[in-house]
Amino acid sequence: MSTLVTSAPTASADRPEKVPPARPKNRKPLLHGFLIVMSLLWLFPLLYAVMNSLRSYEYTQENGYLSFGGWTFDNYTTAWERAGFTEKFINTLYVTVPGVILTLFLSSCMGFVLARFSFKLNLTLLGIFLAANLLPQQALLIPLYRMFREIPLPEWMNADGGTLLNSYWALILVNTAFQTGFCTFVLSNYMKTLPKEIYESAMVDGASVLRQYWQLTLPLCRPPLAALATLQVTWIYNEFFWATVLMQTGDKFPITSSLNNLRGQFFTDVNLVAAGSLIVALPPLIVFFILQKQFV
Amino acid sequence: MSLESPVATVPPDDADAPHAQRRRKANRSKSVSARLSRGDRIAVTLMVAVPTLLVLWLVWLPGILSVVLSFTRWEGIGGVDTIEWIATENYTNIFTIYPPFRPAVTHNLIWLAVLFLIPTPLGVFLAVLLDKELKGGRFYQTAFFIPIVLSLALVGFMWQLIYSRDQGLINDITGGTTDWYGDQDVNLWAVLVATCWKQTGYVMLLYLAGLKAVDPSLREAASIDGASETQSFFRVVFPVMRPINVIVLVITFIEALRAFEIVWVVNKGRNGLELISTLVTNNIVGEASRIGFGSALATIMLAISSVFVVMYLRIALKEEQR
Repeated sequence: MSTLVTSAPTASADRPEKVPPARPKNRKPLLHGFLIVMSLLWLFPLLYAVMNSLRSYEYTQENGYLSFGGWTFDNYTTAWERAGFTEKFINTLYVTVPGVILTLFLSSCMGFVLARFSFKLNLTLLGIFLAANLLPQQALLIPLYRMFREIPLPEWMNADGGTLLNSYWALILVNTAFQTGFCTFVLSNYMKTLPKEIYESAMVDGASVLRQYWQLTLPLCRPPLAALATLQVTWIYNEFFWATVLMQTGDKFPITSSLNNLRGQFFTDVNLVAAGSLIVALPPLIVFFILQKQFV
Repeated sequence: MSLESPVATVPPDDADAPHAQRRRKANRSKSVSARLSRGDRIAVTLMVAVPTLLVLWLVWLPGILSVVLSFTRWEGIGGVDTIEWIATENYTNIFTIYPPFRPAVTHNLIWLAVLFLIPTPLGVFLAVLLDKELKGGRFYQTAFFIPIVLSLALVGFMWQLIYSRDQGLINDITGGTTDWYGDQDVNLWAVLVATCWKQTGYVMLLYLAGLKAVDPSLREAASIDGASETQSFFRVVFPVMRPINVIVLVITFIEALRAFEIVWVVNKGRNGLELISTLVTNNIVGEASRIGFGSALATIMLAISSVFVVMYLRIALKEEQR
């Protein structure tokens, strides 16, 4: 079987009556033509945004959007100032950093136990976690919203001294709860591939379960943890729904959910919209290009 | 004939597995629990309990409460004692005297149909094309992957450049005056085009990952037996990919059901863009706080999604058991 795999071209050449060798060659230009057209079509909205974000409003108003010229960098500075991006990016940090750390910590604990020990409940637990990832979040909103309104926060946790609603804690907790399922699944699968023997010798040395987790398993899980961390940063950065509904005051909105408010402020100027969009798109795009080799 | 043989050999292997697994499991759990000290047991319990309680509290409890509250009337202002039990009245009202419900369901169904007919097959098709070693393959992949990392909220925001009435690209080219996001005859379709832009890459990513896992010798065998590429895909690769096919299908349904962001960014789900998800949201964060009624809408969403969640879990956990 394996010889057939490596020598496939010769094998097909031996049987010309069944595999006409000329056909793939003829289809190549067609294939590339199709792919080039499609990928340019897909890149177009982004490239168009880049182009218009770099042109002045006056120029495009006068010459139409199909023109070429009027280059300026002002849209970026104006958009940044008007939308208060500094504040919004800081808000995003408040949610994303603790959210990602907590998610990875909890899911690695959970994944460790699921991979290391066999309980009868293992599959049930995994099911509970995975399903949580797929449920439509809007369907859980009403009780959660009402519940958060009832839970008071001590002053040191929230400057307003209010409730869990309208606090970063709510977003951190909700994001963690919804992302833990997927991360647990990935991490426990990875941990299952680690050789059992390392634990055997650790136990002979009298290492506790906690030490095995912290000193053996976690360091070996660096690759999936790094991959998940970047994925989670993108997801929590992009998270829109919970931030929109759980945050009551606009000044607390993280960047993605503040888009909703930006529309009004940019209403007459599409070039500003373009610049604002690209500023918001930049962090996930950077993550994408760094990670691209691992993507598939 | 020979095309089917690799697939046919799978079931016998499978039939054996459960027994071996049960035996292995029994051995392992006995030896493990015997060796755990008290401190270890506390540690293990905490490591499981904290994440589990968090998920039960913030995901499963609200899910159950949504169902319970759907049989009540509650403005949500007073305490829990002001809850009024009204059986299925909310559901009757939704189906009979709640005007936005019918358009919302129609829009969700259109959403599903469009996702199912355009980005899903297109994503699968592109994945099959790009699975081969192609010159420039990296460039093509990048083009389709980029939209995946952007949130749908941002996608909707960005596409104003194309859809805006006064400054949008479409009207600039055609000289028309359609407000693509505002006109309720067209805005659903405008939003769907932008959604497909993202969804195609997503399906392609999932399917490419699945294709990479297919044993290449299967395809080689098929081509040696004289199958064309199309034949070998539909008769060999596609059947072997069954788990991924179901997952792509499930994700298509779930995404259609929980579509929300892009519509909310455009106009908070009004005026031609009603979806079940926006109706639920508008019943709690909007001007009216109708907890019982909103929960009934939420329960309808939960009921539909549970079918697909179960399908997904069956696949994911079956893989897990292996």
